[in-house]
Amino acid sequence: MKIPNSCRDISGLLLAREDRTLSLGERLAVRAHILTCRACRRFEKQTLILRDALRQWRQSRQQDQG
Amino acid sequence: MNRPPQPVLDADALARQIEPLRPTLLRLARLQLRNEAWAEDAVSETVLAALQGAAGFRGGAQVKTWIIGILKHKLLDQLRLHARETTVAADDDDGEALDGELYRRDGHFRELPEKWADPCSELQREQFFAVLEACMERLPGRQGRVFLMREWLEIDSAAICQELAIAPTNLWILLHRARLRLRECLQLNWFVAASR
Ligand SMILES: [Zn+2]
Repeated sequence: MKIPNSCRDISGLLLAREDRTLSLGERLAVRAHILTCRACRRFEKQTLILRDALRQWRQSRQQDQG
Repeated sequence: MNRPPQPVLDADALARQIEPLRPTLLRLARLQLRNEAWAEDAVSETVLAALQGAAGFRGGAQVKTWIIGILKHKLLDQLRLHARETTVAADDDDGEALDGELYRRDGHFRELPEKWADPCSELQREQFFAVLEACMERLPGRQGRVFLMREWLEIDSAAICQELAIAPTNLWILLHRARLRLRECLQLNWFVAASR
């Protein structure tokens, strides 16, 4: 299998991580790429912000105030 | 003299508490099901189940939490009931175009992704949630449904595949596109506006 290394591959894995467990190889590829790529670091930050925002949205929609 | 036990909420009182929640229930049902008739069915069944179960409800402040819990089960029932209709529908999405807007042909980002500020600070939470819901509503039907199954019903990927009888790779493609679209929509409609 080709080693994922373009920003397209890596950001794809960062999104996939929300829905499935990445393999060890995939996790390493992400870590290695992110060390040197500012764009993917930013992208990762966005996915984490969105993950947290969705959690808060879910909570607010099932609580009495909101 | 002993005081009588705390009266359990009767069905009438409960109905009065549920009525104002109906628009919220309907909005969330539409968001998940993307079909007006199914959404109305889910909400009717939810209210009915709630009233039938009134005796089991302790009363107090958590009516909404309780009824949203029931709604989520009814939404899943509807998704099961209509699983075939929702999965055979033609793919209504051009993933290539989405890809081309974001990445160059060599796989690099066209533009550096922006720094996002926390969208859930006290002051703007509700406005942000409204934009978030609008963006989720705008997802193509199949993407929207599976995305909401993940993020609203909190069902894991393997279980979604089972419920809808689709292959994992198909699910992942749908979720991947949904997440990219959502990100794009929020970038344009929230984060750009917020940074001005
Ligand atoms: Zn990169």
